[in-house]
Amino acid sequence: MGKFIAKRLFMLIPVVLGISFIVLLLLAITPGDPAKMMLGTQATPERIAALRDTLGLDDPILVRFVHFLGQIVQGDFGTSFMTKRPVFDEMITRMPYTLLLVSVSLGVSVVLGIPLGVYAATHHNTWKDNGAMFISLFFVSMPVFWFALLLVRFFGVELRWLPLSGIDTWQSWILPIVATSLGFVATIARQTRSNMLEVVRQDYIVTAKAKGLPERRVIYRHALKNALIPVIMVIGNMFGLLIGGALITEVIFGIPGLGQYTIAGLTGRDYPVIQGSVFILSVMFSLVILIVDVVFAIVDPRIRAQSGRNNSKKRKVGNQIEEDPQEIEA
Amino acid sequence: MRKTRKKSKLKDLWRRLKRNKLAVAGLVVLALLIFVAIAAPLLAPYGYSVQDSKASYAAASPEHPLGADKLGRDLLSRLIVGARASLMMGSIAVSIAASIGIAIGATAGYFGGWTDNISMRVLDIYQSIPMLLLCITLAAILGPSLQNAIIALGVCSVPGYARLMRASVLTVRDKEFIEAARAVNAGNARIILQHIVPNAMAPLIVEITMGIGSCILAGSLLSFVGLGVQPPTPEWGTMIAEGRNVMREHPTLALYPGICVMLSVLSCNLLGDGLRDALDPRLRN
Repeated sequence: MGKFIAKRLFMLIPVVLGISFIVLLLLAITPGDPAKMMLGTQATPERIAALRDTLGLDDPILVRFVHFLGQIVQGDFGTSFMTKRPVFDEMITRMPYTLLLVSVSLGVSVVLGIPLGVYAATHHNTWKDNGAMFISLFFVSMPVFWFALLLVRFFGVELRWLPLSGIDTWQSWILPIVATSLGFVATIARQTRSNMLEVVRQDYIVTAKAKGLPERRVIYRHALKNALIPVIMVIGNMFGLLIGGALITEVIFGIPGLGQYTIAGLTGRDYPVIQGSVFILSVMFSLVILIVDVVFAIVDPRIRAQSGRNNSKKRKVGNQIEEDPQEIEA
Repeated sequence: MRKTRKKSKLKDLWRRLKRNKLAVAGLVVLALLIFVAIAAPLLAPYGYSVQDSKASYAAASPEHPLGADKLGRDLLSRLIVGARASLMMGSIAVSIAASIGIAIGATAGYFGGWTDNISMRVLDIYQSIPMLLLCITLAAILGPSLQNAIIALGVCSVPGYARLMRASVLTVRDKEFIEAARAVNAGNARIILQHIVPNAMAPLIVEITMGIGSCILAGSLLSFVGLGVQPPTPEWGTMIAEGRNVMREHPTLALYPGICVMLSVLSCNLLGDGLRDALDPRLRN
């Protein structure tokens, strides 16, 4: 077990290095001169040259990379051009809001999605199943930001039940969480259902039924347990998708989290903010995937054995998980 | 001989897809949308940027079936023309992503060894950045325009196709007919292009169909935050953003474009679901 965790931690190093490199490349692929863009059209050539120098834009990319890594290690992501505040401090104060939004939404999706999927699977091919799956498909296909706007319009403006935006009371979190999680409830339900239907065809379910176990017991003890493994393994990925969703929900609902900060940085071309947020959000995402992996290696010995056999992350293919990031993307 | 077999395979797929009413509905809606997008200038009752100050925020009426926006532009016409940008984002972005992804996946899966290892590790790193975040960031950095939005969407969707293709190639790679091709001294390029890729495409078809939907969805989001299609050209996401400010008084301005996005994505998903079932050998009869 210790060996597995150590190996998995070791694999994080190239990933973090890679993320840093991509973040650095973001500046390099900018068409035109980033320094000119930051200072605006009225900037003198001297000021542009000075900024290019501070940003290290004229150095070779590897020199910049090493320099950048040195800064990251010290928690120095530079200073925002817009607010003149250190990016790192700002991100730390904003992080709890995003974490709260993302983790509660994830919890809601799991708690509602799995029972819904089991319900649909146990009523396979009835109108209940078809109805539940058709409605889920609607939620999967909906633009989240549009749905959020409709929620605000209906519950905030029309009925006046809930606040339109802000984070003053706990009620103001309801709409953002509903908006962020509904699509994922649907995704988890669909996945649980298809896994359940898959598992029910297995021999050990036939055996369990044959030896006279009651239906409920077969479903919950034998089928669900096995059907859930692939579902929960994609929860790590789902965290990444939720971060993407939080970007926009935070803007719509005025939550002062990392998402709002990122979007503000992007629209204002505030490079330190862009680099800092992409880095922090991606590292957060990688850590969550690591935690999910480790937890599941503890729970399921098969995963541990597999990673021992081949030292790469092949478990996704090996365990026949329907890897479908496109479908759950929205 | 090969041609007839291919034809009957397609026929077989269609026969099985036909039984799924929802999938057929998805296909019909999708075909209609493509038709509307192509024939947009002929179908739209008004020009998409024709302003009419008297019709500002006009309610639905025979002249303006869905009403008009602040500048008096006909909403229906704008929705019809808007289908173009959305479908372009979906189809072109997926074409880019699928071609790159298939190339990477097929090479990695076929050659295995260090080729495979390196490409998969690079994808690991690439995928450790949340997809939507990368997409928005790329679009913002390249500069807001339809073309850059398509590039950003395409580049971000590559890993899914590459991984799926690789997994699919692995199941085909050791089959007898590949061995036969090798026995008659076919080159690697020929084996990959002629034998591996066509036989490994089945799972990709589902992914591509659904991918078009999710690119339309993500594309509308890019436009919504102002990184996609630029006004006055209509696009559903942009129209939702414009309607957002008057959500209180005129909710339909944001409602209808959202329904359009949802319908097109939904039909892609329904068709994808249907294709998945039709291609599943276990459900074959």
